Amino acid sequence: MKLLTLNFLTCARKACKPLPTSFPLHPADATLATTETAFSPAFLRNILPRLDWPALKGLCDELGLPGVGDEAPGPEALFEDGELPESDEDIVGEIEAGKRPTKLAHDLHQLLVETVMLEGKLVCASCGHEYAVKEGIANFLLPSHLV
Amino acid sequence: MSRPEDILPPDLYYNEPTSKKYTTNSRIRTIQASMTHRALSLLSLTTPSLVLDIGAGSGLSGQILSSVPTSAGGPHTWIGLDISASMLAVALEREVEGDLLLADAGQGLGFRAGTFDAAISISAVQWLCNAESSEETAPQRLKRFFDSLYVSLKRGGRAVCQFYPRDERQKKMVADAAIRAGFGAGLLEDGAGTKGVKVYLVLTAGETGDITGVVEGMEGVEVDDHRKKRQKGEVASRKDDILRRKARLERKGKVVKATSKYTGRKRKIAF
Repeated sequence: MKLLTLNFLTCARKACKPLPTSFPLHPADATLATTETAFSPAFLRNILPRLDWPALKGLCDELGLPGVGDEAPGPEALFEDGELPESDEDIVGEIEAGKRPTKLAHDLHQLLVETVMLEGKLVCASCGHEYAVKEGIANFLLPSHLV
Repeated sequence: MSRPEDILPPDLYYNEPTSKKYTTNSRIRTIQASMTHRALSLLSLTTPSLVLDIGAGSGLSGQILSSVPTSAGGPHTWIGLDISASMLAVALEREVEGDLLLADAGQGLGFRAGTFDAAISISAVQWLCNAESSEETAPQRLKRFFDSLYVSLKRGGRAVCQFYPRDERQKKMVADAAIRAGFGAGLLEDGAGTKGVKVYLVLTAGETGDITGVVEGMEGVEVDDHRKKRQKGEVASRKDDILRRKARLERKGKVVKATSKYTGRKRKIAF
């Protein structure tokens, strides 16, 4: 499971849904791995505003990965001359025109898309429910009394 | 042909041999692929997006999502969920690119609000129309699914669910559940009236607008709008109103006076 996915998963229990502590889930006994994935700056630009930056920072600390900055970078930080392409169509053209993605973009890609969690558990901070992760697949099935 | 939903719950029906058969059968693969392409064209994504695949199974549709060329706005990153562990095992063997979760869509999805650009579901929603235990009902499961799907899509995001409804009633039950969750919903039928009819439920989240705009400019698609169109400023006449109410009561089996030329007529002012 990509670390990107971890930034979006919340506890699935109904009782936890309204509580702020149901997000993020905390990894425990995690085994990490890296997979080679095609670098897509256009995807990063799309996903960046939706990331919960404090949660991502906390996740890096918990997993002992090199930290990310305190402040969430804007989309303009992904490209070298710092100018934000006007529209989504433009961005593809910009990349083709040889506009270089920054080191930050490569780092984010490596952290979010290429780092995967293979084994371990995801623990909800409010109810303590443990979701098992096996071979990269998290088990979100709940017994019916918890739904 | 018997419907697999009637035989066993999905987690048991798709056991190891069935999952393998499902994934290697070239006929199923072709149908799945064509339906996924159709759903993708309905989503009309222009940038590499984060897509949710409900009932991802062995990743047949996910594979297509990851292989959309850059010129067509791809490749998309996807997160797939499925209730069958054997199906997911096949997906692992096939080394699909997306993330997989073992989850029951009928229990609701555990995602943050506004996570996904779009959602896709190929031949899965009909499984939600069966309740496997006495503690839950099909409408409940559909409600939990659509409510949580609405939340996890970003505003203006689209979802396309292809499913095989058993009959008109079930089709309506699914569409109504989606509308109740807040979606703008429309049903697209490919090959209507034939045996191989494919039903797509097209949903938009949080966008006030006309759902029929989704299929605008598509070839061979006719819009059959059941919504009432009343011109601005037009008021239903008193007689129409009465006739409508009478028809409704009649449908309920109440005794209703016969309609005549005097129905709904204004009485003479008798001073």
